[in-house]
Amino acid sequence: MLQALLIPRRMVMLAIALGLLSLCFIYGRWDWLGEARYQNMMLKGIWNTVSLLVLTMALGMALAIPLGLAQAVGPWYLARPAQAFCGLIRGTPLLLQLFLLYYGIGSLFPGIPGIRESIFWPILRDAWYFAVLGLSLSVAAYEGEVMRGAFKGVPHGQLEAATAMGMPPFTMFRRIWLPQALQRVLPTLGGETVLQMKATPLVAMITVTDIYAVSSRVRAETLIVYEPLLMLALVYMAITGIIVLMFRWFENRVPTRTA
Amino acid sequence: MQALGALGASTLELLAYSPPGWGATLLRGLWNSVQIATGAFALGCLIGIAGAYGKLYGSPWVKDLMAIYTTVVRAVPELVLILILYFAVTDAVNQLVLAMGGSRIEINGVAAGIAVLGIVQGAYATEVLRGAILAVPSGQIEAARAMGMPPLRLAQRITLPLMLSFAIPGLANLWLVATKDTALLAVVGFAELTQVSRQAASTTKAFFTFYAAAGVLYLILSIVSTIGFARLEKWSRRGQRRMGG
Repeated sequence: MLQALLIPRRMVMLAIALGLLSLCFIYGRWDWLGEARYQNMMLKGIWNTVSLLVLTMALGMALAIPLGLAQAVGPWYLARPAQAFCGLIRGTPLLLQLFLLYYGIGSLFPGIPGIRESIFWPILRDAWYFAVLGLSLSVAAYEGEVMRGAFKGVPHGQLEAATAMGMPPFTMFRRIWLPQALQRVLPTLGGETVLQMKATPLVAMITVTDIYAVSSRVRAETLIVYEPLLMLALVYMAITGIIVLMFRWFENRVPTRTA
Repeated sequence: MQALGALGASTLELLAYSPPGWGATLLRGLWNSVQIATGAFALGCLIGIAGAYGKLYGSPWVKDLMAIYTTVVRAVPELVLILILYFAVTDAVNQLVLAMGGSRIEINGVAAGIAVLGIVQGAYATEVLRGAILAVPSGQIEAARAMGMPPLRLAQRITLPLMLSFAIPGLANLWLVATKDTALLAVVGFAELTQVSRQAASTTKAFFTFYAAAGVLYLILSIVSTIGFARLEKWSRRGQRRMGG
């Protein structure tokens, strides 16, 4: 890692990059970073982004497993709707889906009598839950396709062996089929998590205050054009780096046999 | 039942082609989206071909620079990149015009959108095409070199046609991403489909109708292009032996 950086050409590049960074730092306006108010907002924004990412990945994967299973081996009355759902979500922009959920369906709610008095109203009014729903459905559709391939890719002999041992279907699924399918998707899943992270700033368009929304607010209040955006890019690159490292560590822990 | 009928009638009225209906506006938005997506995809493919050749055959400097380009673009959300590039590109063009003694100009929205999305697409296309070029049997390229074919003709006659069938699935995905990414240009105020339906929705307060209509339009676009790319893939595989055949 370090040795790869010590080649003269890379050291020159590194020096240029550092020079550009310090130029940005000296000539840019960074005073807003010192204000406690903005610091708190940024921390809260990063927390919102990360928790949105973790929550929607978990919910989405939980939905993707039955979706993938239905498409891979399900009867037509399960496979067809699952395919239609995946096609629908993958064929339209996420931004539009979020608009449709929050403004579209949200605008239909007040028409239902008595809904304002019900205990669900605070949830139905909060953009956060719409964001979680929209992003989870998106993960479910994309990962459903991935899981379909993974379920199909598990060698048939493994499942036949489990059946021959008299394993009940659910135990076979839990012990043999799912673990091997998950092991297959692990490299893909890292990339998909990065893609999902890059989808999170869209929730700012439906008033959720993630780190993107915080930088927009800083830009609006201080009238600085570039610096908050550069900070934003840096934050996202850091999160990407953490995701990549985490998945690399995770993949190394899973034993694989290479022929 | 009567209320439902009235709702259906008013929906049709809202989506009618001629004004007061918004049908024409939505279709114009779709046309803008398709234009930007096509331009960005074409620009992305050009950058991708250059980038892939740079990554495979370039000098160490070029290789490292391409690695930085693809890594950074793929690590930062498109929304943020679009904002940074949009301001940077328009600023740079204006500075250039001012330096040449002109006055500030308004940048054409479609051109800026194509440039910004094209740079983003280029990073992904680089990776797709690099993989596709690597999949071309090396004997073919070596044979062409042995025949003394100059590099440009080699690319045009051997490498590019042969890699097409490997690249098309990835490029089809990229095209779908391009059509969907045009929606992000709504944040910088382009009159593309999402922005137009947002305007229509907030003017008429019929949020559900217009977002659903825009969704249907995007869906039609993606279904049509999926069919088109399937045909293109079949065409690019002509003369190849079928796998497992």
